[in-house]
Amino acid sequence: MKRRDFVKKATLSSFATLIGTEIVFGSNLLENYIPLALDESDPFKMFNKHKGMVVLNDKPWNIEAKAHLLDSKITPNSSMFVRNNGLVPNDIDVKKWTLTIDGESVVSKKTYTLAELHSKFKQYTYQLTIECGGNGRSEFSPPAKGNQWTVGAVHCASWTGIRLKDVLEDAGIKSDAVYIGFHAADSHLSRDPKKESISRGCPVTKALQDETILAFKMNGEDIPLIHGYPLRLVAGGWPASVSGKWLNRISIRNKVHDGTKMTGTAYRVPNHPVAPGEKVKDEDMRIIESMPVKSLITYPKSGAMLKDGKLLSIRGHAWAGELEVLKMEYSIDFGATWKSCTVQKPVNRLAWQHFEAKISFPKKGYYEVWAKATDSNGVSQPMLVPGWNPKGYLNNACHRIAVKVN
Amino acid sequence: MSKEEDLKKSSRLIRILSGLVIIMLFFIPFHLMYPQFFDFKPTPEVALTVPVENKVTEIEIDEDRIENGIHVKTGFVEAEGLMMVVNNCTSCHSSKIILQNRMNTEGWNATIKWMQETQNLWELGVNQEIIVNYLVTNYPVKNKGRRENLSGIEWYEL
Repeated sequence: MKRRDFVKKATLSSFATLIGTEIVFGSNLLENYIPLALDESDPFKMFNKHKGMVVLNDKPWNIEAKAHLLDSKITPNSSMFVRNNGLVPNDIDVKKWTLTIDGESVVSKKTYTLAELHSKFKQYTYQLTIECGGNGRSEFSPPAKGNQWTVGAVHCASWTGIRLKDVLEDAGIKSDAVYIGFHAADSHLSRDPKKESISRGCPVTKALQDETILAFKMNGEDIPLIHGYPLRLVAGGWPASVSGKWLNRISIRNKVHDGTKMTGTAYRVPNHPVAPGEKVKDEDMRIIESMPVKSLITYPKSGAMLKDGKLLSIRGHAWAGELEVLKMEYSIDFGATWKSCTVQKPVNRLAWQHFEAKISFPKKGYYEVWAKATDSNGVSQPMLVPGWNPKGYLNNACHRIAVKVN
Repeated sequence: MSKEEDLKKSSRLIRILSGLVIIMLFFIPFHLMYPQFFDFKPTPEVALTVPVENKVTEIEIDEDRIENGIHVKTGFVEAEGLMMVVNNCTSCHSSKIILQNRMNTEGWNATIKWMQETQNLWELGVNQEIIVNYLVTNYPVKNKGRRENLSGIEWYEL
């Protein structure tokens, strides 16, 4: 018996003593695995997530942050939301991992090993905002189907990798190319090998942007498994579902990619405003591209009580999809009056921007601090939940925190 | 009564007694080792989902126990149709996605149809109505309007 096996068996037999029964198939358990009956903190340990993160779903994993956990300028792994559609791939062998470029509009189909991708193409580092298309879904009424994200399905980490355009151009892009579609190693929830859990993409114009990268690293380290190790497409400013994890193939298409979650109502909104609850035909839905302007107050945490006469410093981040945030304001009277915050330029295109302000309150009482960003097209965040849509996407309503002055 | 019969009787008695002693000798240590063995309630079961995802497995003891009206394994409320929902709706995905959602009968039926068309969900037959009734009865849609009050605020001194 190998030492490791012995330790595993010994540990499991003591688990059996604690639980009062034998763990059937105990020896099949994986290393580092702690039975839930003994350790409730499991996903947080497995994925190195902050204890304050909220698990919305555990099969597949969907975990969101809270606003105050996103205070860092560069989001650490511990506060990054997880939105998985399928099951995390097992047995990743980076030596055997390949990326294939194929499709109707590729000049010559090519397959690269990870080592080739590393050595053949120049590497770049960008800080990129990735927000789930369904962030804020929980506020729609009537409710929309899916994970009920509140505010925490957004992050802005630093990604290092190669430009997608360099790889696509190496394989050759035919003039009739319109879209790229990715394929990945995660398996479908039903475990049907013929099904893909998600296979989305973007128009070739987005794929050819400098900041659209095939990332190897996140915040200077190997991408954590749950975030797409060993290869992830990162397309900042667009719904996070475009930033496919565990990539092994990219198809250059001569039509809009028709992979899983590209069609029907997935990641689509009506192409005209609809009444809450209205039925919308599939042909009247359009694919979400750039995400709308939005902001988050990340300090202080909602619920702060302060002494009368004290100034309150607030800060947070603002982003606007493909655009930039030009103006940032706050209100302490439910939007009756707005005051400006200072807002910094982004460190690079598609990175979120940081804002801050110092607030003085006129008298004691209950306040809400509301934050509102305005993008470079002059479009602002609404104070109410914006246009209802069947799947509850694109809620960019103003974020707010509760404050009491005593 | 003859001597022979007496002998037969006493030897039968001895045999019965020694049988009892043997049974006792077996059951006393057995009872010491497994004190709950003779309790007439469902024995705790161990269910193990062998590695569903990388490094992810789940172990529950007595997987269908109910505590304070809640089915512990899934978080569903105990009501008519509970086990029908557990058995049909939690083998591919987690109960957490169901508990997060609120839909009317039409919405759940459409969702079931979508899962059958795209996610390999089986035909539910007459059970579909029981499942949908359970969901709309126990998890009704609530009107949230255009923006709700902030709730669940945890106050703290800054």
